[in-house]
Formats: sequence, structure tokens, C-alpha cells
Amino acid sequence: MTARIGVVTFPGSLDDRDARRAVARAGATPVQLWHDDASLHGVDAVVLPGGFSYGDYLRCGAIARFAPVMGEIIGAVGSGLPVLGICNGFQILCEAHLLPGALTRNVARRFISRDIRIRIETVTSAWTCGYEAGQEITVVLKSGEGAYAADAATLAELEARGQILCRYAGSNPNGSAGDIAGVVSSTGTVAGLMPHPEHAIDALTGPSADGLPFFTSVLRALAPA
Amino acid sequence: MTEPGGTTRVAAPPGVPLRQDTVADATATPDREQPYAALGLTADEYARIGATLGRRPTDAELAIYSVMWSEHCSYKSSRKHLRQFAAKAPATDVLLAGIGQNAGVVDVGHGYAVTFKIESHNHPSYVEPFQGAATGVGGIVRDILAMGARPVAVMDSLRFGPADAPDTQRVLPGVVGGISFYGNCLGLPNIGGELAFDPCYLGNPLVNALCVGVLRPEDLKLAAATGPGNQVVLLGSRTGPDGIGGASVLASASFGGSGEGAKRPSVQVGDPFMEKLLVECCLELYHAGLVVGVQDLGAAGVACATTELSAGGGTGMRVALDRVPLRDASLGPAEILMSESQERMMAIVTPANVAPVLSICAKWDVPATVIGEVTDSGRLEMTWHGAPVVDIPPSSAANDGPVYDRPARRPDSQDALASDDAGRLPRPAGPAAASALRADLLLLVGSAEGGDKAWVTEQYDRYVRGDTVLAMPHDAGLLRIDAETGLGVALATDGNGRYCHLDPYAGTQLALAEAHRNVAASGARPLAVTNCLNFGSPEDPAVMWQFTEAVRGLADGCQQLGVPVTGGNVSFYNQTGPTAIRPTPVVGVLGVHDDVRRRVPSGFGLPDAAIVLLGHTRAEFGGSLWAWLRHGHLGGRPPAVDLAAERSLADVLVAAAAEQLVATAHDLSDGGLAMALAEACLTGGTGCAVTLPGDAATFLFSESAARVIVAVRPGSELAFRQLCATNGVPATDIGQTGGTALEIAGWFSVPLAELADLHGSALPALFG
Repeated sequence: MTARIGVVTFPGSLDDRDARRAVARAGATPVQLWHDDASLHGVDAVVLPGGFSYGDYLRCGAIARFAPVMGEIIGAVGSGLPVLGICNGFQILCEAHLLPGALTRNVARRFISRDIRIRIETVTSAWTCGYEAGQEITVVLKSGEGAYAADAATLAELEARGQILCRYAGSNPNGSAGDIAGVVSSTGTVAGLMPHPEHAIDALTGPSADGLPFFTSVLRALAPA
Repeated sequence: MTEPGGTTRVAAPPGVPLRQDTVADATATPDREQPYAALGLTADEYARIGATLGRRPTDAELAIYSVMWSEHCSYKSSRKHLRQFAAKAPATDVLLAGIGQNAGVVDVGHGYAVTFKIESHNHPSYVEPFQGAATGVGGIVRDILAMGARPVAVMDSLRFGPADAPDTQRVLPGVVGGISFYGNCLGLPNIGGELAFDPCYLGNPLVNALCVGVLRPEDLKLAAATGPGNQVVLLGSRTGPDGIGGASVLASASFGGSGEGAKRPSVQVGDPFMEKLLVECCLELYHAGLVVGVQDLGAAGVACATTELSAGGGTGMRVALDRVPLRDASLGPAEILMSESQERMMAIVTPANVAPVLSICAKWDVPATVIGEVTDSGRLEMTWHGAPVVDIPPSSAANDGPVYDRPARRPDSQDALASDDAGRLPRPAGPAAASALRADLLLLVGSAEGGDKAWVTEQYDRYVRGDTVLAMPHDAGLLRIDAETGLGVALATDGNGRYCHLDPYAGTQLALAEAHRNVAASGARPLAVTNCLNFGSPEDPAVMWQFTEAVRGLADGCQQLGVPVTGGNVSFYNQTGPTAIRPTPVVGVLGVHDDVRRRVPSGFGLPDAAIVLLGHTRAEFGGSLWAWLRHGHLGGRPPAVDLAAERSLADVLVAAAAEQLVATAHDLSDGGLAMALAEACLTGGTGCAVTLPGDAATFLFSESAARVIVAVRPGSELAFRQLCATNGVPATDIGQTGGTALEIAGWFSVPLAELADLHGSALPALFG
């Protein structure tokens, strides 16, 4: 039986369709989850996609964090549910305190949509175990508030515990602390990143197919040992 | 309280509606003075309303007529000329809806149809760049949604004053930021467009937004209120005091040269999040089969939607204006009718379906209110707390407004302009020619006009929805429609104010030809045309002459290329005081790609491929980028138009893509072969070595039309040559791809790093 991976649609989610397509391309069954659902419908993992949930009113991700489905997700994370937050999904995970730090306005104060190189720093997470340590991949960055920020102690702890998921390779596009593009929980199950692996699953419609292993990794992590 | 416009209004105490001018009042007080001139109507037009109604209009009726008979909504100065698009339309069996609908709809096969349209938002974008441009995107997206389609991509065609002018520093970042904000938040990929600079746009930038949508042909929706008893449902945002008079006093009048800030209240304010909900909500309503007819609320708001829906259905409509949900409780009927508050749609729904409609709207958190019903009276009747305030035949406002045959006269100055031949301009010659040619290339590549547009396009999401196959800087935007078959559509927009200034007839055909060529370069077969005609005041005979020539040129050109005009938009009054912009028709061409996996990019990627120049090169510098940037010259004739050659060229490009004979195709336009080679090298990251087959300056900088460069896949040279010969397209081998420099044999070489640095820094140097 193939794994069932939920993709949450909040009002204002935009990359939910792309995330479902990436899940399917990886060989899993995508399951559409509605923000108002008080059930995860038995999914094995969850993707929080990019977009502007609730119009990004107040602060990116600040309202989505209180959606009924998030309550379910926060509960299930405690029992090991793998969750991947992409862009707005990463912002939501930080607002929900499932990941440390926060995402702030790009240093150039403009939206940036660009093909970029990132380096995978941690390959022990549920979402990156299909990569090789230090592997550089080409994905899409597209965000206005993508600058990762955390205090010095948190940054040092993330570094020490191997919780930095990926870093911008080459120049830092948005002013993120420590060139951090994504982080992962200490359990290795909850990951968030600003760039979009789901837009890089097919060279026809993306800059590469380098993002697909995010979605195949979790299948490997879910498979019985 | 005093309004920004200067009028005084007494606010009603809470709960007590302000006494309004009723139909009975209008009959009882025939001589009451009404502010028709301030609303943009002439004395003749005001008299015509009285003759139509047999009495003076009420204030609410006057509001309706003032916006519906505005130039922006009624096309009163252009309508007579636009008829040519239908009269000269080539025979086609792919057009499902054409001119007069919210947008044209084209059957693209495999059970899919595509709808697309381009529209201007020029004046709002000057007055308030961010919101003006943002709501331009929002408005065109709702036009597409109103056809029953899912909007799938946007493009934008932008023109500003000189890049280094102080006001451009205000306008350009605001416009780009507004488009970025609205389009990105709506989840629509931005797949291309244009960016140009010219002093003529300093006080009047051009912001033209295009949207494309996809639907099943059987899901096509029309703006018609049919079925007496059916309910009129207003969906989306509450109505506020923003954008009042946007269509009339803002869009249909010239700028006076100062105090445009006073028109800021006429600019709408956008909420893309509400628009995203509205899009998803409407699509769910359509798919559930709950909507009989639908219309977007754009220019002229409720006035336009109610008159057009009832006129379109040949019915009547009764509306209780006090049921319209308001953001500002002090608004009266006239203001409600004229408000251009964004993110609203109007749907016609059977009584039995009202409950399910409201429930889907509630799911999406979209406010929905029944405000009236369809009748068989043939009248549009509106009440305000029970009192009749509107009672008119809807078609008198929607369709039967004044039509003007404005005087048009070719200005004498055109003769002097035409005789100022660009061929006389000094071209690099003698011992220093090589370094001068190199310097001229770098001048073009490093200019705001010729430089990399990434500063702009990197603010736009091009990937969302996962079907973008090509986007800027490629010649055309290309979207996948069907993953199974690879069916896709390509879109390109082009316009050239310099060419049109020299000859509006030829210039418009050159814009059409360029967009046609760009679409074909991607491998798509050009199918249909949309247009946004940006001109000065139609009350100036010289402008009217430019306009009539442009329309005639486009209609004739479309006939010869075999692609019908499906719709478009006219934007007049693009002028400040007596000075009009250069005539700037922007033409959008849509093409069908049979298999997007065989798309042809515009950059050199493959090394050791033969570069072939297709088409004839003549010494044509009139209106060229080289003449403009190198010599500050604009005169003579634009390049010759040869639509038969364009058609053959497109045939070759489409066949070459299908047979996978070429790895690269890039159109030659502004800056000629020199710019085309530089762009192909930079886009693909591969150099080239080229030998010019004749006079160096001519081959580098002439802008002869009907030309493209291609890189032929190694091994396909013979087949490609035969294809060109069969179609009668001249093909000249000029070199090979490869290396890390742009080398013009015998003249000069520029390392790609140097080229990239100049190209890439042009806009950041100006805009940070």
C-alpha cells in the first residue's frame, strides 16, 4: 500500500496543487486536507504548502497556525508525524513553535523569485535522507519574507545538533542568518525551508528535478525497517 | 463633511437613509441643475439622456449614464473603427466567443478552450502606482473568471518615462511592486511581457495587464441575465468609496499636468487574498452548475454589471440598492453604482439554487447577498429603501450610447518626420570601426531598454501552478494545459511606440508581426489576437488619425496572417496637457503548442550548433534602438512590413520545433542581430562565433522584420535547410554556438562575463 501524504489547503494557499503533484510523482497518494478539518484522515505525513494563507494578514503564518487542522498536526507531531513546511508552510511551522526562529522581510525589501543553489546539510531527516551530505541542488526561491532569524544561542544550538536542513550556496539572497534556507526539528521529522522543492520535480516546468528527493525521502523514512 | 473632490455632503443620522433623488422627484423637478459636466458628460450627452427617459435623470441614473457612456466603457470614439476587426476577420472555426464579451475564447482542441485579454490601467498607475497596477491585474483576472475559466497566468506590458528620471523612480518600483503583490498573492504565474522607456511616457506610464484562462468549451459563461424570477447575487468584497468615477473622470480624461494627487480617491484598492477566495468560490459555483449568468465588477462597478447583464439577457432587472453590503454606511445610491471597489462579481442564480450558492460562498468566506431579481419588464429598476431611484432601459446605458465619428487628420509634421531618414546617420567606419561597433553593442546591452529585465521579473512568481514551460526572458510565455498530451499555449505581447510614431499603420503591423514571431519561435502555431490600444486624446484629430491608422493596420494585418482579433481594450486620453504619448498599440498573440516537451527556448545551450539567420536584412534604421540610443534620432521610415514572409517564417519555426530540428530560436527586434545574439548567449550561458554576411553595422543593428536566429541541432542541418527552401524562407549560415564569448569574426569579441555584467547591472544601477 502506498503512503498517503496530506497537503493542507488554507484559504490563500497557492502551491498546494504543486505539492500534491510532487507527492504523486514521488509515488505516494496525495490527500487534500482542508484548513477547517478536525481530522488528518489517517495520512502518514503532511506537507504545508506555499502561498499566502489568510492573506498573510497580521504576520505570515500567524493566523494559519490557529487553524483547526493545525491543532491536529501539532498533536500528531508528538507521535512522530513527518511534516514538511515549504515557504509559507515554514513560516507557519515557526509561528506554531514546531520549529525555532522566524522568517522576516528580505533584506532588499523586495519579493525575490529566482532559481538558486542550496546545500543539503542534514541527511538524517525524514525529508532529506535521500540526499548525500553536502549535495548542492537547484531549486526555486520565491518569497518576500524569507530571511531566517533566530538569536545567537538558538543558531549555535541548531548548528551543534545538526538541525540546519539546508543553506544557500553562493550568495545569500535574502539576508538569512547563517545562510540558513531550512531547519529541522531535533527529532528529524518536522522540516521547514523557504525554497520550493515541489517546483523542481521536472526540468520541463522547473529549474531542475533536484527537489523530488524531498518527497521520496519521506517514503523511505516511513517504510518499515 | 467635505469630500476630497470638494463637494459637501451631509451624513445621515445612523439608521435614517439620506433623502435621495427619486424618479418621482425627477419628474416633478424637470429643471433642477445636475452636475453632468463634473461627471464627464457633455451637454449633448446630457440632453440625450433626457430624450431617452422623457424626463431628467435622477442622480442615480445620471451616475449610471456618466460611467457607462464614458470613453472607457462605451468606446464611443473608437467603436466605429473597431468594427473592422470583425469585418476583416479571417475565417476561423476556433473562436467560441469574440469581441464584445468580457474576453475572447478560443478552442485549442483536446476538449480545452482558452480565453485571454489585455487591458490598460494607465492613469491609476500614475496617480497611485502600487494600487493602480495591482488592481489592473485584479480587474483583468476577473474578466477571465467571468468567462467561466480558471485564470492560469498573467503578463504585463509596461512603459515608463526615461529610466533615470526622478518620477520613474517613484512610478516603476511602485507599479512592479503592485503587480508582484497582487499576482503573487493570487497564485498566478507571470510568464512574460515588456518593459520599455521613453520620455513620452514620463507623465503617463502605460500599464497593460494580460490574463489567460482555461476552460472546457461547455463551461463557457456569458454575461446575460436570463430567466425572469432568477436572483441577482452580489459576491465578494463590501462596497466602499474607492474608485468612484474611475472609468469616467480618471480613465476618460487627460491629465492636466498638476494636481493628479486629487484623483487618488478614484484609484481602487486591491485585496488579492479576497480575489483568490473569489476565484476558487466562483469556480466551485460553476462546476456545481449553479450559475446561469455572471459578470465581473470592474470599471463602473454595479452600474456596469447590472446594465450589461440585463441588456445581455434581453430582460429587465429589479435591484434594491440598499441591500448592497457597504464598507462605508454613508454611501448613497449614486456612489454605490459608481464605486469600483475591487474583488466583486455578480451572478444570476435560479431561486432554488440560492441556498447552495450561499453555502459554497460561506465555505470560502466570500460574502454573498441577493440584491435583486431578473424581470421581463425590459427595464432596469432600482430602489433605495423602497423608493424608485432608477428606471431605465438597460441597453440605453450598456449598448446604445453615443457613437462619435471624430475628425482625423494626418498631421503635416509626418512629412518632415518621414524625410528625416535614419539611413543618413553616421555608422561606424574606417580604422576605428571595430571598436566603435563593439562600443555600440555594449551601449545597447547596458541600456535600460536593452538591459536585463531581471530586476523586474525576479519580483514575479513564474512557477506557481507548475505548468510554466517558458517564461521571461524567452520570446514567449509557454504554459502546459494538458500533461497527458503536452498540449500548451504560448503568449507574447509586443508594441513599439517609435515605429508607430513614424507610421502608425506599419508600426501596428510590426507589433503584431513581432508577437506572432515570438509565439512561433517557441514552436507554437499563432491562433488569435488581443490588443490594448494606448493613445492620446481622441478629440485631437492628429491622435485620431494615428488611432484609425493603427486599427486599420491591425485589422489588415490579422486578415493577412489569418489570426482573428478576439477582443481588446482602448485606452485614450494618455496625455498630459496638449502632449500625447506616442501611439502605442500593444498586441498580444496566442498560439497553440501541440507538445510543450518540444518547446524551443531562446538561449544558446547546445555547443557546436550552426547558427542560421532567417529572413532578409536590409539597411533599416528608422525607429531602431541603435538610432535612438546612439544618435538620439527618431525619423524616417520604420522597417518594411512583409506579412507573407512572417507567415512563412512562422510555418518554418513551428515545423522545426515539431521535428526537433532546432535547439534555439530567438526573434530579431529592438537592437537587431546584435541584441539577439547577446541575449541568446546570456540566456543560455553559451557563447557564439559569427561571421557577418555583409555590411557590419547593417547586419548588427538594422531592425528588418521577419527575421529570427536559430541554432540547428547537429545532424539536422540538411533537413532544416530543406524546410526553409520549401517555405521560401531565406536562410544564411552565420556561425556556430560555443565558447565563452560573443565573437563577431573580423570585428570584435566580448567575453560573456563582461556582457553579463553590463546587461545585468543596467536596471539595478538605476533602481537599487
